[in-house]
Amino acid sequence: MTKIDSKIPEGPIAEKWTRYKEHQKLVNPANKRKIDIIVVGTGLAGGAAAASLGEMGFNVKVFCIQDSPRRAHSIAAQGGINAAKNYPNDGDTIYRLFYDTVKGGDYRGRESNTYRLAEVSNNIIDQCVAQGVPFAREYSGYLANRSFGGALVSRTFYARGQTGQQLLLGAYGALSKEIKRGSVKLYTRREMLDLVVMKDGRARGIVVRNLFTGELERYSAHAVLLATGGYGNVYFLSTNAMTSNGSAAWRAYKRGAYFANPCYVQIHPTCIPVHGEYQSKLTLMSESLRNDGRIWVPKKKEDVEKIRKKEIRPRDIPEEDRDYYLERRYPAFGNLAPRDVSSRAAKERCDAGYGVGPTGLAVFLDLKDAIARLGKDVIKARYGNLIDMYERIVDDNAYETPMMIYPATHYCMGGLWVNYELQSNIPGLFVGGEANFSDHGANRLGASAIMQGLADGYFVLPYTMQNYLADQIGVGPIPTDSSEFDNTVKDVQARIDKLMAVQGKEPVDYFHKKLGHIMWEHVGMARNKAGLEEGIKLIQEVRKEFWSNVRVPGTPKGINIELEKALRVADFLELGELMARDALHREESAGGHFREEYQTPDGEAMRNDKDFMYVAAWEYPGDDKDPILNKEKLEYEAIEVKTRNYKTA
Amino acid sequence: MDLKLKIWRQASPTDKGQFVDYDVLDISPDTSFLEMIDILNDKLVEKGDDPVAFDHDCREGICGMCSMFINGHPHGPEAATTTCQLHMRKFKDGETIVIEPWRAKPFPVIKDLIVDRSAFDLIIQEAGYISVSTGGTPDANAVPIKRENAELAMDAAACIGCGACVAACKNASAMLFVSAKVSQFALLPQGKVEAKKRVKEMVAKMDELGFGNCTNTYACEAECPKEISITNIARMNRQFIGAKLG
Amino acid sequence: MSNKPYYSSVTKKIIMSLMGLFLVTFLVVHLTLNSFLLFSNNLFNAGAHFMGTNAFIQVFQWVLFAGFAIHIFYGIVLQIQNWMSRPKGYKKRASMEQSAFSRYMIYTGLLIFIFLIIHLGNFFFVKMGWAGNGIPLTSNGEENMAQLVRSLFQHGGYVTFYVIMFLLMGFHLDHAFQSAFQTLGLNHKTYWGFIKGLSRVYAIVVTLGFVIIPLFVYFKIV
Repeated sequence: MTKIDSKIPEGPIAEKWTRYKEHQKLVNPANKRKIDIIVVGTGLAGGAAAASLGEMGFNVKVFCIQDSPRRAHSIAAQGGINAAKNYPNDGDTIYRLFYDTVKGGDYRGRESNTYRLAEVSNNIIDQCVAQGVPFAREYSGYLANRSFGGALVSRTFYARGQTGQQLLLGAYGALSKEIKRGSVKLYTRREMLDLVVMKDGRARGIVVRNLFTGELERYSAHAVLLATGGYGNVYFLSTNAMTSNGSAAWRAYKRGAYFANPCYVQIHPTCIPVHGEYQSKLTLMSESLRNDGRIWVPKKKEDVEKIRKKEIRPRDIPEEDRDYYLERRYPAFGNLAPRDVSSRAAKERCDAGYGVGPTGLAVFLDLKDAIARLGKDVIKARYGNLIDMYERIVDDNAYETPMMIYPATHYCMGGLWVNYELQSNIPGLFVGGEANFSDHGANRLGASAIMQGLADGYFVLPYTMQNYLADQIGVGPIPTDSSEFDNTVKDVQARIDKLMAVQGKEPVDYFHKKLGHIMWEHVGMARNKAGLEEGIKLIQEVRKEFWSNVRVPGTPKGINIELEKALRVADFLELGELMARDALHREESAGGHFREEYQTPDGEAMRNDKDFMYVAAWEYPGDDKDPILNKEKLEYEAIEVKTRNYKTA
Repeated sequence: MDLKLKIWRQASPTDKGQFVDYDVLDISPDTSFLEMIDILNDKLVEKGDDPVAFDHDCREGICGMCSMFINGHPHGPEAATTTCQLHMRKFKDGETIVIEPWRAKPFPVIKDLIVDRSAFDLIIQEAGYISVSTGGTPDANAVPIKRENAELAMDAAACIGCGACVAACKNASAMLFVSAKVSQFALLPQGKVEAKKRVKEMVAKMDELGFGNCTNTYACEAECPKEISITNIARMNRQFIGAKLG
Repeated sequence: MSNKPYYSSVTKKIIMSLMGLFLVTFLVVHLTLNSFLLFSNNLFNAGAHFMGTNAFIQVFQWVLFAGFAIHIFYGIVLQIQNWMSRPKGYKKRASMEQSAFSRYMIYTGLLIFIFLIIHLGNFFFVKMGWAGNGIPLTSNGEENMAQLVRSLFQHGGYVTFYVIMFLLMGFHLDHAFQSAFQTLGLNHKTYWGFIKGLSRVYAIVVTLGFVIIPLFVYFKIV
């Protein structure tokens, strides 16, 4: 497609990033002070980018939705962060990390971006150690590694089960240092409600709602970076935080940015199962549990019944009556099969009627053998905090009885389309972290999300944004009273007024739950044409109902939580439809997108490389028109495209 | 189960505020505490009332956003648990539950149960980091770190910045929070370069913001959802003495 | 920071704890001297005489008073700051303190301060000739402090007051001793249990020591 220019530098893959840096434009220190940058989001990507750009001398304005930058949802990443350090000397290289990530993503990511990710992965570990991140260490005092799903080497660095927290606090420290220095200005409890695009097509600002006062505020800059995370909360129940939302990305889409591969959503295999109707979120149990936990369901249906009725305990079922289905189906990777494969396998067993737990939507993760082999103390040291957390939520002791787990929406591989520079098709709008689409293809491997967030934030965006800003030094300060700003604020105000005016009967969550249910059933782990078409219809119906029957109490002034939620859900109701449309158009199975029509006889995903080896970048043509599909063809030069196979190594 | 709630309602920072009684009926013991408040809020919205404003986000005990003072304890009576991971099975049917915001001068109430904790950010901004810029760092394995020290640093770094220590302390002291950060870096060779400056500046900031003094009641440790140890406070005191003397 | 006109909270606490530990040692000396009364009046008088005439002690007692003054002054300053740091309290607050008596330090402290003044009025002021009718003399014409003490301990009301005050002192000490170590940063996991134990033993021994003397005198055991 001619409209899409991914700006991949020339040269062999291992040299592209170096060449880019060697030839990119720079801004001299005196001029950096004249340049403003807006960063929305203070997670790993946003926090790291804001800190690094501030260090370089730019004026950075950073926005977060919570009361402190330290609370961004990156904090919840548990298991670890990948890097090709090869400290354990097990044969890891940058190429191998790149290869695993592309393969794990089912050959639907942009090769050059993924290679760069692997390339800077080692710098991330160096950076974080220098910041005082207390990674796990061996008795020798050197860094410890563990293995993770989808890899044959141990390349995951970790800080207990709180790796994301520690990395985020590292970035938060760096950000705090710059705030103190005055190069970064922090705006908390602000939610971005729109992007300001100038007549010349450049992104020049944002409109935010101050969540304390309810005021709409305008901020301008020479470039805008969105690092606002994923849109997993479209499913209502997910492992995302309550305020995680897709609105910033969605608003950018409606201002002209392409939305890429929205149907690629990762369902995480090891979450605590749903317990009831009022459940507000799903809690992830780190995938690292799969290193020592064996996943199974009973072989016999009568055992399933007895367990559900609590007539027998799970541990009473003898070995020969247990179906360790991952080990059975994927002998090479076993319990460490990639996330999408493991999730679908769990769903397959539960759909076949072998699910355990009160709802029948759960499988066992059993630490029994690991405890027998390594002792309870070792297991406690490795997973103690997870096991404690499980007990707090479920009231079960995982040392005594297997845990129950079930897949849940976790991560969005899709996101705003960006080129090699992580710049969207709107000049001046950059997108980092989970909010962009680029590095993970159709599926993300474990311990790679925080790697990408920090890679984008510390080592990619500070370079590429500078390249863009080099010709902006003569622009001067950008006023916030231009007609573009006025109009954008007017649009936002109109949206808020419209919501307040509905005065219907049902609270926002009623619609969110309804939408979530449709998404899970029709645009979930396994999709098909009829289901997706039905889903689109249902989403449209809920959207109509929402706009005629939602109840937002109070006024737009001051704190109004229902209004905040309503604004987000209104966007989810549109985004959900685009996801379904994307899933419908992609007539193949790839990674997190599994179409039931396209599977091998033994139930594995079947790609269609001939027709679908492209990025689907959706363009917004206006509310009354269907979105326009732009295609970025994916070319693999450094890697041979294969069918993913986790049965043999 | 049925419960009686006594919740602090305060419309704005300047409003006087008062306790309001609510009944919530037919709650499943498997519901989390915040889900129970969600249910209450749904009812309030249906009636056209203003829902109870409270801070929460990740609901998995790591973001540090939730901050309710429940029945006399920050994050409620269960040890090592944040409000969001507290479940109703820990309460008795028919029980009256008193829910208040954190109370401390540096944490002013914004609305209902929401307080402004930016004082914590200000303390960290003062010196709660290692002043390293992006890039140019040595190989991560260049300096081995004793495993015990790395583990102790991790124990301290587990702080989620929720402010329960301040809320619990009869003096509204922030010593546990500050000492956790000071300790983390004091235990690591990377942090030693700026250690003296760090401890002096962070303590000065903490005082300036109006937090109380530590009188070693150790309530903070008992109530900390992440079980941060008071040995961190002792380590900070040690650091402080060292910094002042040399 | 050093250019600020006031001490930081931690510095104030360190001064408090150093003065406190100083007073803790003083109590041991005082108790040792008091316990002579259990053995003989002469021994007690000799001890009192030594304390009253030794040049070092004479100078040192003013250091001791300064120690008290600083400890009390900072105790009050810190407490006022602490009250100010929570202008509005909780409706329902559980007892969360792990060091039980830490909650009442200001109250036990102030009562001990009142006791101290009365105590000084009974003995020190009398000795200095600022109050009372002077110290009775022995047959040898020496000051008979033992006689003065014993006559006071004949009053049931005074003994009761004295015992109660020392129980409060015991509560104060139970927290104070180990707390001083924590403030000085001397908390290490391998000997923290020992310090806490020592703190409690010290509090109990000192309290019992001070309490049994008037009781023994009152009930004519010695």
